[in-house]
Amino acid sequence: MISRMLDGVPRRARALLGLLLAVLLIAPLVVNPYILSILILVLYFAYTGQAWNVMMGFAGQLSLGHSLYVGVGAYAAAAIYTHYGIGPWAGIWASIAISVLCGLFIGFLAFRFGISGVYFALLTIAFAEFTRVGFDHFPWVNGSGGLFLPVEEYASNDPLNLRGAPVMFYYFLLAITVLAFLFCRWLLTGRIGYYWLAIREEPEAAQTLGINVFRYKMLAVAISAGMTALGGVFYAFYYNNLFPEQIFSMSRSIELILGPIIGGIGSLFGPILGAFVLTVLAEGLSEIMVTLGYDIPGFKQVFYGICLLLVIVYLPHGIWPPLRKRLGLESKP
Amino acid sequence: MTVKLTRRQFAAGTAASAALLAGTAPFNIVRAQGKKLKIGVLLPRSGFEAQLGIACQRGIDITQKMLPAFGLPGDFEIMNADTESNVDVARSRAEKLVNEGAHVLIGAFDSGQSAAIAQVAEQKGVPYVINIAAAPQITEQGYKYVFRNFPTAPMLVRNGLVLMKSVFEKSGITPKTVVFMHVNDTFGQAMQKGISAMLPSLDMPFKVVETIAYDPQAKDLSVEVAKAKATGAEMLMPVTRINDAILLVREMVKQRWEPKIVMSPGAPGFYENQFYRTLGKFSNYMITNVPWYNPRSAVTQKVLDEFTKKYKNEMFELNVGFSFEAVMIAVDAFARAKSTDGKALADALRSTNIKEHVIAGGPITFDAKGQNPNIISVTLQNLDQRPKVVLPLDIAEDNLALPLPSWSKR
Amino acid sequence: MPIELIANVAVQGILTGLVYGLMALGLSVIFGVVRVVNFAHGEMMTIASYAAIVAFGAWNIDPLLAMVPIAVILFAIGYVLQKALINPFINRPEHSQFILLAAVAIIIANTLLMIFGPDSRNVLVDYALDSLQIGPLLVDKVRVITAGFACLIAAGLFAFFKFTRTGRAIRACADNHLGALVVGLDVKKLYALTFGIGSACVGAAGAMMTLLIDVTPNVGPVFTLQAFVIVIVGGLGSMPGALLGGVLIGLSEALAGLFFVPSAKSMFAVAILILVLLFRPQGLLGRKI
Repeated sequence: MISRMLDGVPRRARALLGLLLAVLLIAPLVVNPYILSILILVLYFAYTGQAWNVMMGFAGQLSLGHSLYVGVGAYAAAAIYTHYGIGPWAGIWASIAISVLCGLFIGFLAFRFGISGVYFALLTIAFAEFTRVGFDHFPWVNGSGGLFLPVEEYASNDPLNLRGAPVMFYYFLLAITVLAFLFCRWLLTGRIGYYWLAIREEPEAAQTLGINVFRYKMLAVAISAGMTALGGVFYAFYYNNLFPEQIFSMSRSIELILGPIIGGIGSLFGPILGAFVLTVLAEGLSEIMVTLGYDIPGFKQVFYGICLLLVIVYLPHGIWPPLRKRLGLESKP
Repeated sequence: MTVKLTRRQFAAGTAASAALLAGTAPFNIVRAQGKKLKIGVLLPRSGFEAQLGIACQRGIDITQKMLPAFGLPGDFEIMNADTESNVDVARSRAEKLVNEGAHVLIGAFDSGQSAAIAQVAEQKGVPYVINIAAAPQITEQGYKYVFRNFPTAPMLVRNGLVLMKSVFEKSGITPKTVVFMHVNDTFGQAMQKGISAMLPSLDMPFKVVETIAYDPQAKDLSVEVAKAKATGAEMLMPVTRINDAILLVREMVKQRWEPKIVMSPGAPGFYENQFYRTLGKFSNYMITNVPWYNPRSAVTQKVLDEFTKKYKNEMFELNVGFSFEAVMIAVDAFARAKSTDGKALADALRSTNIKEHVIAGGPITFDAKGQNPNIISVTLQNLDQRPKVVLPLDIAEDNLALPLPSWSKR
Repeated sequence: MPIELIANVAVQGILTGLVYGLMALGLSVIFGVVRVVNFAHGEMMTIASYAAIVAFGAWNIDPLLAMVPIAVILFAIGYVLQKALINPFINRPEHSQFILLAAVAIIIANTLLMIFGPDSRNVLVDYALDSLQIGPLLVDKVRVITAGFACLIAAGLFAFFKFTRTGRAIRACADNHLGALVVGLDVKKLYALTFGIGSACVGAAGAMMTLLIDVTPNVGPVFTLQAFVIVIVGGLGSMPGALLGGVLIGLSEALAGLFFVPSAKSMFAVAILILVLLFRPQGLLGRKI
C-alpha cells in the first residue's frame, strides 16, 4: 500500500514534503503566539479545503454549502460535551456520523433525481441555509443565543477533552491535515480514485463502462462530509462558542473553498498551498494597511478581490500546477 | 505610486512572515514593568457591525486628551485592531495585540467576538475590559482576567422591566396587554430568555399576548407588524437592532398601527443617530429603558463638550460612553497598580472603585466574576428628534409624554 | 384568525413577490441564455440602489424616474462585464466562473463600502409611508406602484424576446448554441447583449427597491440567494416563471410568517426550492432540462 502511494512521486517532492512537515512540526517552538494563531487558521483551511476537494476536485461535484458539515460536526460534538460531559473523542464519531448522514441524504436526493452542476451547487447552498435557520430555532443548542462550551482554566493541557493551549490544537490540526493528505493520496491512487476521475471527466462514459456512478458519487459526498465534520469539531473546541449565524453562513462555505480553488483543484497539495497563500495574504494586507495608516474599511477586501480575480483569470488551474512545474516536481507516470 | 508602494511592502511583509516561519523570529513577549501602558482596542470597524464599531472607536479616540482632566495619567498608548465583525479575526487580532505588547485589551461590542477575545486574555494573563457585550455566559466561565463594564442581558431586562412600572405610574397609562417583538439573534434571544424568566417574578401589570421573533436579515417586517397589530395590544415591547427598528416603525406608520406605548426593555435602535435621520418626526415618543450617560455628571459634561467639538455631526450615546469608560477603567487600574504586569493590573481592576464617571449608576466596581453590578438603566424618550432622559427624575432632562400621538397628527 | 388579516398579509406578500420577481427576472435572462451563474447579481443590484440614492440625495429625483438612466448604466456595466471578463470563461468549469463572479462581487460590495460607508440608506419620498384603503384591505402604496412597474417591465421584456429580431436571435442562442453558431449568429455579442439586458432589469429593480427597503453595501448575497431560489422555482429561462416564482416565494413567506414563527419563514422558501429541485428540477414553468 505504501509503495503504491509513493509510486511516481519524485525524490525531490518527497524530500520537500518531509522538509515542510519538519518545519511545521518545529514551528510552534520558534514562532510567537500570534504567528501560531495564524498557522492554526492556515491548517484549519488546509484541512477543510482538502475535505472539500474530495467532492469537487476528485469526483467533480461542486458543493457551495460545506458550512453545513462544519456546523453540524461542530454542534454535535459540542452539544454532547456540554450536555452530557462526554468528551470530543467520543463525540467526534457522532459528529462524523450525523454529518455523513446529512451528506448522504443530500447526495441521495440530488443524484437520484439527476441533479448536477449548478443545480447541485444551489441545492447544497439551500440545505446549508435551511439548517442555519433551523439551528436558530433549536433550543437544545440554545438557538441563535449561541452554544458556549465551558472553559476551564488553561493551566494544563487536557488532550482527552481537547481543552488546552493553542499549541495543542495546532498539533491536533497538523495531525489530521497530514492524515487527510495521506488518506486522499491513498484514495487517489486506488481504484476509487480512477473511478472518480472517470466520473468527473466523462460521467456518461463511466456509466457505460459499468462503474456505479451513483454509488461512487455518494461515497465522495460521504467521505467529504465526514472529513469536514472533524474540522468542525476542532472549530468548536478551539473557539468554544458557536452561533448558527456564523458557522452556517454562506460566506463560511465560500471561505472554505477559496483555498483549494486558488491552490489548485483536484491536486493534493493545492488546498494546503491555497490556505497558506490566502491566510497570509489576508493577514499581510491588514498589516500593510495599519503600517501605512490607511485604514479605510473595505479597501483590504477590494484588494483581496482583485488578487482573486487575477489568479482565476491568469492561472485557471490554480497556483500549484504551474509552481509544481517550476519546481520540477511533476510526477512521472 | 501608492499601489507600487503597497505591493513592495506587501512583498516585504510576506517575506517577513516566511522568515518568521523559518524560525528566525525571537520568541519573546516583552512585559516590562512600570512602562507606558499599552491598551489594545478590538472593535468591529468593518463588516456588518461596522457602524457600531466606528461609534465605539470615537469614545476611545477622545480618551487620550480627556483622561488627564480627571487626574489620570495621559501617557498611555492605544493600539487599534479591527475585528471585521468576525470571530476568527477577533481572536487572531487579540493574539497579535498581546504579542505586540498590549498590557490590557478592550472591546469588542459583540458577544461572540468578546467571548473569543476573553479566551486569549485568560490564556495570556492579560486583563480584558469588555466595553459592550451582553451575553451572560462570558462572565460565568470563572475567568480571572475578564472584566465587564456593561450589564448582562438579565440585568438589562430586570432594570428595563422595573423602569416600565415607573413609566406607567408617571404617565397614568397602564397597558393590560403587550405584544413582544424581538430580533432572533444572539442578543435578541438572550433578552427574550431573560424576559420570559423574569416576568412572573416581577409582578408586571400586563400580559404578553404574543411574542413575535423575526429574522435578523429581514428586509421587510410587514407580516410581523400586521400580526402584532391584529393582537390589539396596548403596548409594543420591541427588542431590535438599528435597521430593523427603522423597518418596524416605518411599517407601523404604513399600517396605521398606534399602540399607546412603544417601549423597549433595553435594546439599541431607537436612540441611534440613524433612527432620527431616517424617520424624522416619526422617531419621536419611542421609549427605551437602557443604560445611558448621566447628563448631570460633571465628567459626562466635560466629555460631551470635547466629543461635540471633535465630532460635529455625530451623537454621544451609550456606545461612545461605555467605550470611553473602558479606557478610563484600564488607565485607573494602571495608575493604582503602578505596573503593566498582567496580574498586578488584574488585581487593581478587581479593586476598581470609580465614583465619578460617565454612565448613570453607582460607582464602577467589579464583583468576583468580573461583572460591574452597579449599572442602572434610565428611561429615554425620543423628544424633538433626540433621546432625552425622562426617568429617574433626579437626572431627567425632559418630561415623559404619553400616550403616543397618532401618526397622522404629527 | 381574522380573514382581513390573512387577506392583508397575502396581498402584501404577492406585491412584494412581484418586485422580487423583477429582480430575479434579470438573473433568469442571463442564466437562461449565457448559462453563467451570476454570483454578483445582488451586488449589481446594490450598485443600482446606491445610484438611485445618490440621484435622490443630490438632485431630488424620484427613483421611479431615475430608474430609466440607471437601467441604461447597468446595461452598459453588464455588457462590458460580459465582453471583457466573462466571455473567456464561457467554456471554463462552473467553479471557475463562480470564483470569478464571487471576486467581482467582493470588489463591488467593498468599493461601495469605501465610498458610502456602512450605514444603511434609503430614499424617503413624500408618498413613502402612504397606504391605500381598499375595502377592508390596507395596502402599502409604494408596493402597489413598484409591483405595477415590475409587471410592466416584465411585459416589455417579454415583447422584446417575442417580437424583435435580436430578441429572437438571443432565444435561438439559448435553445441551440451550436445551431446558432451554424446559422452565423454572433453569439458572443448576443451574450453580451443578454447580460446587458439582464443587468438593466436588475438596475430597474435595484432603483425601485430603495423605496421598499434600506440598502447597505453588504446586502448583496441575500438578494443573490433570493433571486436564485425564485429563478429555479419558477423555471430557468422562463420569464413568466420568474414572476410566478417571485409571487410564490413572497406569498409563502408572508403566510408562513403569519401562521408559524416569522423568524423561520425563510426556511419555507428554501423548502419550496428543495421540493422543486427534487420533483420538478426544470422549475414550475421551465422546459425539460
